[in-house]
Formats: sequence, C-alpha cells, structure tokens
Amino acid sequence: MCSDCGCGDPDVVPLEIQGRILADNDTNAGHNREHFAGAGVLTINLMGSPGAGKTAILEATARHQAGLRLAAIAGDLATDRDAARLERAGIPSRAITTGSACHLDARMVHHALHALPIAGVDVLFVENVGNLVCPAVYDLGQAANVVALAVTEGEDKPLKYPTMFLKADLVLLTKIDLLPHLDFDLAAVKDALARAMPEPRVIAVSAKTGEGVDEWLAWLAARRAALPAPTAGAAAHGHHDHGHGHGHEHGHDHSHAHDHGHAHDHGHGHGHDHGH
Amino acid sequence: MHEYSIVAALVDQVEAAARPHPTARIKRVHVAIGELAGVETELLATAFATFRGGTRCADAELTIDARPAAWRCPKCAATIARGAPLRCEPCGAPAKLASGDEIVLQRIELELDDDDDAKEAPDV
Repeated sequence: MCSDCGCGDPDVVPLEIQGRILADNDTNAGHNREHFAGAGVLTINLMGSPGAGKTAILEATARHQAGLRLAAIAGDLATDRDAARLERAGIPSRAITTGSACHLDARMVHHALHALPIAGVDVLFVENVGNLVCPAVYDLGQAANVVALAVTEGEDKPLKYPTMFLKADLVLLTKIDLLPHLDFDLAAVKDALARAMPEPRVIAVSAKTGEGVDEWLAWLAARRAALPAPTAGAAAHGHHDHGHGHGHEHGHDHSHAHDHGHAHDHGHGHGHDHGH
Repeated sequence: MHEYSIVAALVDQVEAAARPHPTARIKRVHVAIGELAGVETELLATAFATFRGGTRCADAELTIDARPAAWRCPKCAATIARGAPLRCEPCGAPAKLASGDEIVLQRIELELDDDDDAKEAPDV
C-alpha cells in the first residue's frame, strides 16, 4: 500500500482526538476570565460591522454613566483611532492593532491587559474589530457578547450573519435618531432576531440624542450585579462603588483615585494615562 | 478570513497529537464543522491546502464533516423548523442548539513506519 518509501505495508492507524480546534484560545479565554473574576470586573465583548457605532456607543456610555468606572480595549486592523477616541471620552483605553487579523483572540486581549490595569474598574469593554463574522468565533473570556447593529444596515443582517447573532446576549440597535430618514422596519428586524437568537434581547439607542442609553446602562448594572462575588486576592472592588466613581471623566478627580486600599499598584494606572 | 487562524490551530493540534509517532506520516485529518460555527468549509479547505506545506500535514488530506444546524425544544425535544423563530410555541421555551456549532478535530490517520512501535515511541 505504501508506494513512496518502500517500507512495505505499514498500517494506517486512526488516532481519535475529538477536541475543539480552538482549545488553545479557549484556555487563554479561561485565563482572562479568571483575571476578570478576580478583579470583579464585568467584561463586555462589543462586536458589530465597521461603522455600526460601537465606539460612539461607548462614548455615550461614558457621558451618561453615573459612577461606573469604565475601561476599554479597542481592536482595529491598522490604527489606534478608536482607543484614542475612547481616551478622549474619559475611558482609559488600550489599542490592539491586529494587522491583517479580522478579529481579536484571547491571547491579544490578555496581552492588552498587561498594559491596562483593571483593578477597580467596573466595566471593561472589549471593542472588537469591525466585522460581523470572525469575532463571533473567538471566546475572549467576556461575561457577555453585545452586538451593535445600526438601523442603516438593514433588517436582514441577523439572517445573513446568524453566528454573530446566535452568540449575542444583547443587540444594541444603534443610530435610531436616523429612523425618520429611513425605511427601516423595526418589526422586521425583531422578527429576524427571533430566528437567529433563542432569547432575543434588543435595546434601541442613539449615541447622538442619548435615547435608550439609560436602558443600556441599566442592562450593564444588572449584568454587573449578577457577577459572582470576586475571587480572593482582588477582593476589594465592592469599595470602588463609592468614592472615586467619576474619576475617569474629570481630570480633577484623578488624584482621588489613589490610596484606595490594596489595589494601588494597579489603581494608579488610570491616573497616569491622563498625564499625572 | 479567520479560517487561516483556525488552520494554524488545527495543524498545531495535529502535530501535537502525532508527536509520539515522529516517523509516521499523517495521511488524513478529520474535522467536524457546524453550519453555525462561523467557519466557511470551502475557505477552510483552501486555507489547509495553503498552510499545510512545511508542516507534518504537508501530505495530509482534510476531510470535513459539515454538520447542519439542529434546534430543539429543551422541554419536549421537538425539532424547530429551519428558519423558524427559535422558540417552541407549545412549551413557550427558547430553543437549544442540539448541533451545528462544532469546530472539532475528530481524528487523524497515521501511516506508521515499520520502525514505529506505536506504544513505545519516544516523545519528541
């Protein structure tokens, strides 16, 4: 049977494996998840098409949040423009420039965590590369997936990109301030979502007018409240809810951000980013 | 085009599995890919053909078992029709994906060299 090496008739033996091809990414995602649990931070993987309004929603989140400490990791093929926008909005951020990679993976996020301290942070957003396909495949260690779908994209996107919406815990229907100018059928998009998501959850928002942002903040607060108690070693974030809540947004508050107990070696990071 | 990154992970995993058989040739790699896994099987095949060169999979064939999506009611086990809302109307329960999201390396086929004592081959 063997024709090329003259070794006779070697056996062809099957070797059963039955393992996830992305097991290595899963392991790294699990490691990230431990970091997030230890810090008591709610991590949201924010996905959506290029131009769906992901960055704008995070900017609006920073404008409207009341006392939530935010941080972000922003993935982009070629630039750090999104991370820079988020920094200007008062969200300490790190860019991951992926080069040609169309998605973030758990290792990239872990690497970014080295440069972005999360102790004391309430919600960490991972703004994925703009793409409705690839990012859905990679677990990053997030607590929830949120997909931004702009009303300018058309009602049938959930049917065209079922994997992305299957993975979504929440769909943010963005740019709804544009609805008067469009023939967008809200019932049609809800019907499409019901065929892609077993438990569709949609919040309609406008980053521009702020409509729906309170409902989005309430969703975040509920997800955060549902987190298990932080694991030992990074036990203190309960305290963080008081005190220096507005820290990131207003430069004058940064001095307060220090000296809050055990987390100091991490905690300073935010302040320094803003030129202290 | 994350299929290349999937293939990179696949080749790593195959080489790790074949490591106890350093002289064996990897003849075939069997994977299962679900319809809703977010992996395009044709692109995966192309990526494998491109990427296998220079690895121990260089002469390996890729066999892809494409699994259709199957949604069921978690209470009554009724099948949800393709394209229908993902909810069992009689039970009022959200459907569960029974299969169709697999990205799995099932098995590899090795052609063992005469010298390869499969059980006692040294780990390399």
